[in-house]
Amino acid sequence: MIAMRRFLASGWLSAYAFLYIMFLYLPVVFLPIFSVNTAATPKFPLSGFTLKWYEDLPRTPALLDATWNSLVVGVSASILSTVLGILAARSITRYRYPGRRAINGLIMAPLVLPEIIVAISLLLVILQLGLSLSLFTIVLGHVLVCIPYSITVLTAGFEGFDRSLEEASADLGESAFGTFRRVTLPMVAPAIISSLLVCFTISLDEFIIAFFLTGTDATLPIYIWGQLRFASKLPGVLALGTLLLVASFLLLTIAEILRRRAARRTQNEGGLHA
Amino acid sequence: MTAAAEGAPAFGMTRARRNALLQSESVQGFALISPTFLYALILLVLPILVVIAHSFWTQNYLTIDRTFTLENYRAALTEPIYRDLLWRSLYISLMVSFFTVVLAYPIAYFISFHGGRHKSLWLFLITIPFWTSYLLRVMSWKVILGYNGVLNSGLMGLGLIDEPSTALLYNSSAVIITLTHAWAAFAILPIFVSLEKVDRTLVEAATDLGDGPIRSFLRVTLPLSAPGIISAALIVMIPTVGDYVTPKLVGGKDGVMIANAIQAQFGKASNWPLGAALSVTTMLIVTLMAGATVVIIRAAQRLAR
Repeated sequence: MIAMRRFLASGWLSAYAFLYIMFLYLPVVFLPIFSVNTAATPKFPLSGFTLKWYEDLPRTPALLDATWNSLVVGVSASILSTVLGILAARSITRYRYPGRRAINGLIMAPLVLPEIIVAISLLLVILQLGLSLSLFTIVLGHVLVCIPYSITVLTAGFEGFDRSLEEASADLGESAFGTFRRVTLPMVAPAIISSLLVCFTISLDEFIIAFFLTGTDATLPIYIWGQLRFASKLPGVLALGTLLLVASFLLLTIAEILRRRAARRTQNEGGLHA
Repeated sequence: MTAAAEGAPAFGMTRARRNALLQSESVQGFALISPTFLYALILLVLPILVVIAHSFWTQNYLTIDRTFTLENYRAALTEPIYRDLLWRSLYISLMVSFFTVVLAYPIAYFISFHGGRHKSLWLFLITIPFWTSYLLRVMSWKVILGYNGVLNSGLMGLGLIDEPSTALLYNSSAVIITLTHAWAAFAILPIFVSLEKVDRTLVEAATDLGDGPIRSFLRVTLPLSAPGIISAALIVMIPTVGDYVTPKLVGGKDGVMIANAIQAQFGKASNWPLGAALSVTTMLIVTLMAGATVVIIRAAQRLAR
């Protein structure tokens, strides 16, 4: 109700906000709509409801392979980038040393580089070294672009908390590792899980790097890219896209809930309410 | 750059101890970040250096001739096809960053000034579509703008047009629309952050001193949020110049961008040095354009005050 009154109070600005949200969501909403439509081409009026495009999905071996590959790449990339992210985020939030900003800037650089540059430069080096392209080379590239996101999520989690808790633990005789395991880790666990989920989602959806660095194995986006050439395959792609959409949405909602819980926890325990 | 290098020889006990302490803090911090740093060094800096080196070499069928030459840069900068592609990529990325920033600003303002308790919920709502697969979002625009697409069939159903329009898809406007949609959420966050930092008492002071809402916005809020506008523009501009998927899917012949040419050099055309030179040229021009944007927005900010 309060939201409703505020909605009316701020007049044209909220009307604009509403239109903007429509603009953001509308294109995405067409995917599920046409994925349950009987017609093979996506156009209005809708011709009838069907789930046959979904039923065909598990019967496509190439798709199952691509799904498995995406899972392998996503899990490896998210674990590796979160481990590297933890080290960096911890170092940045806990220690002062010369060159800290420069190093941080370099690690965050993939955020502001065109992805194709990252992809072709890695490709050149891998081919020069005579390594063969495989799922592993995709993981190498994905870790590079995931680390900045991981660090962003983790620094937010690390910064909130009270350093005196760690000092207290050290004063009471815990070793550095013991302090990390028994004090730091439980506090930052939600941020770590959130980082894992965000990195997995990025890897699951990433196309350009995978496209350049793959050998013969396809990940899901590469499979979809291949299918897009055939107009008749579109409904199947729409169905698959809808499932991916739901998966991304669920993963990110969980990540967001965990992130908020982490923020609340560090604030509470570091503050007066402890 | 290295932390260990700063440990100067110390004279006297206390200074030595203080240095040792300082050094241990530096060394610990540096040691902790070094795996990530090395990863970025080996998989980002080294590869880019390799690309730069290649851009001065020549492809000789299957081998690469490593004598220094500027021929690739001559081709990248003077051959009409590459020059046109570069110009178009820059034009498209400028338009996209302009539209995303202009469209995003009121939303960021709305959330920051009228979001109330629901600020983080709003931000979450807005970022969700951004996290869905980029490929799928581009594809959904193809579905919308296509000859038999949603927009055409919808307009025909309403009786507004008699036959499907071909003007919607496969041109640079389609690329601009799709990219503006794709990057929308990315522009909101930095603007929102800088609006949150605007001291509300300054806005009140301007109002108390007789500025109307529009004047106080133009003279206080807008200039103070310039850093957010700058980072929003850059965060959209830089990646869009090198976009490959959107021009390939919705750009058609008239919407091809530089990334498509770069990909061709590493694929079918198999001329790595030329592809490398195109990449380096793109990076340099993007950097120049980003610098120019910063200068222009800063100048506008100073004028507004």
